[in-house]
Amino acid sequence: MKFLFTALSAFILFTASAADWLQFRGPHGNGVSDEAGLAAKLETENIAWRSVLPGRGLSSPLILGERVFVTCASGPKQDRLHVICFDTKDGKKIWERQFWATGQTACHDKTGVAAPSPASDGQRIYAIFSSNDMVCLDRDGNLIWFRGLMRDYPEASNGLGMSSSLLVVGGVVVTVLENEGDSFTVGIDAATGLNRWKLSRPKFANWTSPILLPSAGGTPLVALQSSKGVVAVDPVTGKIIWNSLSEASRIPSLTLGGDVLYVPVAGITALKLDAENQPPKSLWQSAQLGPATASPVVVGEKLLTLNNASVLTCGDVANGKRLWQLRLKGPFSGSPVVAGNILYCVNEKGLLQTVDTSKPEGEIVSTLDLKETVLSTPAIANGALYIRGNNSLVKLKGP
Amino acid sequence: MKTAQIILPVLLGIWGSSALMAASLQESIQVIRSVGPEGQGNAAASAAWQTLSQSEMKSLPLLLAGMDGANDLSLNWLRSAVEASVDRAALKGETLPVSALESFVNDRSHNPRARRLAYDLIARANPKSAEQLMTRMLDDPSPELRRDSVQRLVDEADALRKTGRTNAAVAQYESALKPARDIDQITAIAKSLGELNKPVDLGKIFGWVNSWRVIGPFDNTAIAGYDRVYPPEEKLEMNAEYDGKLGKVRWKQITSTNEYGKVDFNEPLGSLKEVTGYAWTEFYSDKARPAELRLACKNGWKVWLNGRLLFGRNEYHLNTQMDHFKLEGELKAGQNTIVVKLCQNAEVQNWTKQWEFQMRITDAIGTPIFSTKK
Repeated sequence: MKFLFTALSAFILFTASAADWLQFRGPHGNGVSDEAGLAAKLETENIAWRSVLPGRGLSSPLILGERVFVTCASGPKQDRLHVICFDTKDGKKIWERQFWATGQTACHDKTGVAAPSPASDGQRIYAIFSSNDMVCLDRDGNLIWFRGLMRDYPEASNGLGMSSSLLVVGGVVVTVLENEGDSFTVGIDAATGLNRWKLSRPKFANWTSPILLPSAGGTPLVALQSSKGVVAVDPVTGKIIWNSLSEASRIPSLTLGGDVLYVPVAGITALKLDAENQPPKSLWQSAQLGPATASPVVVGEKLLTLNNASVLTCGDVANGKRLWQLRLKGPFSGSPVVAGNILYCVNEKGLLQTVDTSKPEGEIVSTLDLKETVLSTPAIANGALYIRGNNSLVKLKGP
Repeated sequence: MKTAQIILPVLLGIWGSSALMAASLQESIQVIRSVGPEGQGNAAASAAWQTLSQSEMKSLPLLLAGMDGANDLSLNWLRSAVEASVDRAALKGETLPVSALESFVNDRSHNPRARRLAYDLIARANPKSAEQLMTRMLDDPSPELRRDSVQRLVDEADALRKTGRTNAAVAQYESALKPARDIDQITAIAKSLGELNKPVDLGKIFGWVNSWRVIGPFDNTAIAGYDRVYPPEEKLEMNAEYDGKLGKVRWKQITSTNEYGKVDFNEPLGSLKEVTGYAWTEFYSDKARPAELRLACKNGWKVWLNGRLLFGRNEYHLNTQMDHFKLEGELKAGQNTIVVKLCQNAEVQNWTKQWEFQMRITDAIGTPIFSTKK
C-alpha cells in the first residue's frame, strides 16, 4: 500500500512545487502541510503584511510560487465576483479580474458567495462561487474559460449557499454541485471548460468538499461525501469505483491520514482503504470525536476534531479512543491546518490560536487577535501562514 | 502638391490600419458573443480574448459597446478583456480615454453593466468627473449606478440629520426614496424616515401582490406532490370542488395584510405537513410588457404565468429573502393569470412551520408594476 501513497504524493507534486498550497486544506486535502519549522508562537510582529480585500469570502487562499490567489464577492447582493492575485513578498496586488454573477447569489448570512475554495494544477487557477459561476484563469490573469453552471443547470442551487471546493486532478476539475434540486458532480475538462462527465448525486444539500485518494490504477480517485455515505470516483471517467457507508455528514469533510479515511459520521468513522480499489473496511467508530463545522485533521498518530463547544478533541488514530481535550475560543467556521506538531485554528472572531499537539494534554502556544471576522481555512506555504478574513488577507511569518 | 503626395498615403495608411484593427476587434467581439451553454465556444473565445486584451485605450468604447445585447457569459468575457487591456495600458503609462468613456456612460442605450464598468474606469482616472456624472443618475437604468446615486442622497440626508437639520434631512430622504429600487436601501431610508416621524408604507412601495384565491391541502407525502399534477394545474375554475388530502377542497379568497406581503397558507388551510396548495390571482396590465415575478419562499414551489411554468424549486426551509427568485415573464395587455403551487414537507421543527410565499411584479430594475384593476 505504501507505494500507492508515494504515487499519490508524486502525482500531486508533478505540476507544483512542494511548498505550494493549491487547494482547500492543502496539498493532501487534509489540512496538513509538509513544511516543518513554521512558527508556533504567532504575535502581531509576525504579521508580514495585510492586504485589503474588496469583498467577503470563506474561501481559502491558494499559493502558487510567489503568488497568492483569493476569491471574494462584493456588492449589496454579492453579485460582483473577484479573483485577485497578490505578491507573496509584499502583499501588493498583481492583478484582479471581476465577473458578474450569472446565478443566484442569495445565501445564509453566515456564509457567502465566495465560499468554495479555488484550486490549481500549477498552471491555471480554477475558481467557483456559490452562484455556480466558474472561472479558469492562467497565473497572469488571462481568461481561459468561463462557465455559468446555474445558467446551464438552473435547478442546481441551494438557498443557504453552495460551498464545496474544487479539486483538480488528471486534467479534470471535479466540481460538486449537490443540493435538493438538480444534484450532481461534474468533471470539467481543465483545458477547455467542457463537461467530461456528469454524475447524478443524492438530492440533499451538501457543503462538503472532495478529496483525493490513492488508487491502484495510478491516477488518484476522488472521494465524494454526501448524506448517503462516501463514493470513490475515477476523476477521468466519472465512474464510481466503490461505495461505502450509508450516511455521512454534509458539513465537515472527510480526511485522509495514511491509508485510513476518517469520515464525519456517527462521530468519526475510520475506514481502511484497500490497495486494489475494493470498498474500504470499517476500522472503528467514535462518537467522542464528532466534529462540528470544521473538518478533522490528522497529526501523526492523532486525529483532531473541533466540536460545537469549540473543544479540541484528540483521538488515537489506531482505535478512535479519546486521548485528551482542550477548550479553545470559538466558534469555528474554518478548519484547522497543521505544520509539524502545531495546529493553527482561527475562530470566527479572528482569534488565531496555535496548539502544540505534542504536549500530553495539548497546549495553547499563542493567541493572536486578527481583529476581523474569519470564516475561512488558512493556507501554509513557504514558511508562512495565510489567513483571509472578511476584510483582508494576512500573511504571518516566523522570525 | 508634393506635401500632399506624402501626407495622403500616410493618412490613408493610418486610416487603413485603424480600420483593420477595428475590424479585427469586432471579429473577436463576435467570437466572444457566440459563447453558449455548457462551455460551447470557450476555446475560440479564449483566443479572441487575447486579441481584445491587447487593445489600445482608444478602442475601449468599442469593447464596451460589444456588450450591448450580449449574453451574461459574453459580458464576463468582455469585462475581463477590458480589465486586462486597462492593466496593460497602465503598465505602459497610457491614460484612459475619459471623455469617450463619459460619452459612453451618458448614452443610456448601452448595456447597463457596460456603462457601470465605464463609470468605474472614469472614477479610477478622474474621480471628480465620476462624481459629476453621479449627480445625474437617480433615474438611471443601471441598477448599480442608480443605487450609488441614491446612496449619495442618503449620505447627505444622514449628515443633515446628524447636525439637527431635520426638515432638510426628511426632504433628502424622501428624494432618495422615490428612485431607490434596492430593498436594503428602501428599508434603511424608511427606517430613518420613521424615526423622524414620517412613516413609510413599505407595502405600497414594494408593491406586493396580496390578493389571492387559495385551495388545498393536496397530498405531498414524501414531497412527491411537487411533481404530481393536481386539477388547478390543468384548469382554473373558481367554483370547482376537488378531492383534497383531508376531504373536499374549494377556492378561498384571501388578502394578505402583512407589511411584507406574506401569503400564509397555514391560516386558511391549516398548519399541516406533507401537503401542497395553490394560490391563484389575476393581474391586469395596461400593456404587453416584459416583467419579473419576484418571489420569496422557503417551501417547494412552482409558478405559472398565463399557463406557462416559469420555474420551480423542490427545496424546503433552507433560506429565503425578498426577491430571492426573479422569474422573467411576459405580461399580456389586460388580464394575466398567475398560479403559485406551494408545497410543505414533513419536517416538524419550529423553523419548518412556514408555508408561505411573497410575490411582487416589477420591471428589470425592481420598479413595482401594479395591477390596473383590483
